[in-house]
Amino acid sequence: MTTKQSMHIDPYEKNWIRLSIGLLVMFAAAVAVAGFALGIQVPTSEQRVDPKTVAEVGPWANPGLRELSPGKYEAYVLAQTWQFMPREMTVPAGSEITFYITSKDVQHGFKLQDTNLNVQIVPGQVSKLTITIDEPGEYTYICTEYCGLAHAAMFGKLIVE
Amino acid sequence: MLENYELSPGEKKFIGWHLVFGILALSIGSLFGPLQAFEHAGLDLYPYLQPLFKSYYQGLTLHGVLNALVFTTFFITGFLTLTVTYGLTRPLRYPKLNAVGFWMMVVGLVTTAVPLLMDEASVLYTFYPPMQAHWSFYLGLTLVVVGSWVEGWGFYYTYYAWRQENKGVRTPFISFSSLITMVMWQIATLGIAAEILTMLLPWSLGWIDGADPQLARTYFWFTGHPLVYFWLLPAYISWYGMLPKQAGGKLFSDSLARLAFWLFLLLSVPLGFHHQFVDPGVPAGWKFLHAILTYSVFLPSMLTAFTVVASLEYAGRQRGGKGLLGWIRALPWDDPSVTAQLLAAILFVFGGIGGLTNASYNVNLVIHNTAWVPGHFHLTVASAVTMSFMGISYWLIPYLTGKKLWKPKWAVIQSWIWFVGMIIFSNAMHVVGLLGAPRRTPLGLAPYIPEEWNGHLLRVGIGGAIMFVGMYLYVFIVAKTAFAKHAEPATVEIPVAEAMHDPQETPDWLDRWVPWLIGTVALILVAYGPQLIDQIANISLTSPGFKVW
Repeated sequence: MTTKQSMHIDPYEKNWIRLSIGLLVMFAAAVAVAGFALGIQVPTSEQRVDPKTVAEVGPWANPGLRELSPGKYEAYVLAQTWQFMPREMTVPAGSEITFYITSKDVQHGFKLQDTNLNVQIVPGQVSKLTITIDEPGEYTYICTEYCGLAHAAMFGKLIVE
Repeated sequence: MLENYELSPGEKKFIGWHLVFGILALSIGSLFGPLQAFEHAGLDLYPYLQPLFKSYYQGLTLHGVLNALVFTTFFITGFLTLTVTYGLTRPLRYPKLNAVGFWMMVVGLVTTAVPLLMDEASVLYTFYPPMQAHWSFYLGLTLVVVGSWVEGWGFYYTYYAWRQENKGVRTPFISFSSLITMVMWQIATLGIAAEILTMLLPWSLGWIDGADPQLARTYFWFTGHPLVYFWLLPAYISWYGMLPKQAGGKLFSDSLARLAFWLFLLLSVPLGFHHQFVDPGVPAGWKFLHAILTYSVFLPSMLTAFTVVASLEYAGRQRGGKGLLGWIRALPWDDPSVTAQLLAAILFVFGGIGGLTNASYNVNLVIHNTAWVPGHFHLTVASAVTMSFMGISYWLIPYLTGKKLWKPKWAVIQSWIWFVGMIIFSNAMHVVGLLGAPRRTPLGLAPYIPEEWNGHLLRVGIGGAIMFVGMYLYVFIVAKTAFAKHAEPATVEIPVAEAMHDPQETPDWLDRWVPWLIGTVALILVAYGPQLIDQIANISLTSPGFKVW
């Protein structure tokens, strides 16, 4: 073949490609800054548990809040069909809460409404996320993954006083 | 040579059967869409369907599996049979092999449908363990996927035979892009194959005691995201390679169209963790890497946006369109196939923007598992893809049957109805998702609904009702066409767009498989290898099965 080969990229299209790459780099940078400098983080690999025994032995046998020091809490939440244990927790405004959530049966979700706290609950895994809430009020946490017939009824309340 | 080529009656019939099963699945699966939408708006019709259909979730599972998995796979394998053979102007090398693949898919469909209809598999189309469906559900899905592989092998033999006969010739674009779509699919479905064959099937049969839900999610999303490109790329084949011809223009850039398809092969698979940003068992660093790779796959979509719009602008100006935007009005909006695909592309712009949001690592925390997500994918799979397939079928069914399309004007109206319904529905879903409404939830039963969601949920119902009309008008039109007794005979020419520049001028490296395949496998190994090894090495099959519906 003697045909001369060429990409034939239109000047407008060249600029369009540059613009697209520029936009994507900008988005990636914004996300990286928010994640690694401002600490708006997604959950990461934490620890594993045995879903068959997690409700009987270990911290989820007695789910609820533990105060580590004034204004600093750990919340052990156990998800099961179709409720969260505990169903209600109360903390003072400005508290830092670290959630440790797992399931003893199927997958669930945990979304604390009006905050960035949103996590998948996978049996055998522990979902850990930390949040500080300054604004007093009632925050609903809802199950966001299909977990069976009464999934829609699965929710709880975090009261910030 | 292309002008004179005609598919044989047997090939037309074979492709037609794909459409029959695909559209049948679509027409059953779509029955449940409005039921979900009405439920959100406060009108729960499920109690009236007892004992035929047991629950919201049985309906939702049927909706997802039949529409998103069955309709798409049947339509796509049928459509690709046409684009491969017609583009290469040669029949399938081993038609019996393709027939075997097709009938495997049919057997798979029936095997999946039985437990679905008996409420033994209401696990939704993601079927996350440890929720456990009847084993026949997993077996049926496997057969559908493997059947599609077998059809793909038939395409490869056909391509190889063509290559022997046509050395040094550029692969015709519609065949080239179809083959890439199939290769991408076969690589991508290895994830779901591993999930079902090594875990879910033996587990549901009782051969192993437990499943590892985290590893299952990782396997699933290895396939789950490229799955959306398997839906989308056939629409792109039409937008790049056919729509310009239908609109009266040419493909603006053959080389960039091919580059876009190679990039989709390269980048579709190694980014599945962006569906698992909130998973507990995946390290955050890997999630971030996949976020960046997901941004990269946005690039071929941006290339597509430019090339398709430029091709259409050229068409509009050829038709006498003037001014900055006058060419849009000059496009053939009276052609139902063109209208459907133009409206599909418009909705896809919003789907793309939303998709970029979903891919954005921590921004995803705001919308993960909310109604925003189905709002998003109804713009992609249920608009960009489904409307394009509807548009394709408006010329394809007349071509296959030799009968004129029943009332093309109604077909144009059909697209507009779907378009309007979708805008209302998906906007409301996005907004209520941002406000915190969960997906996959019969919100009428939820005790925690704030007042401010109600107006949006009503719009979900209204949009759903309009889409219901649009969907069954489509089914009616194609059925009327296909089964007409005294239809006018149609002489349909398969629309294949010429490129502005001779494809022979497109560089050689855009028509070579080996380097791109090596790159694809290498990138998957880098992006997935270490995590897969880690998760498989630490597998713990501790979760027994649950039937909680």
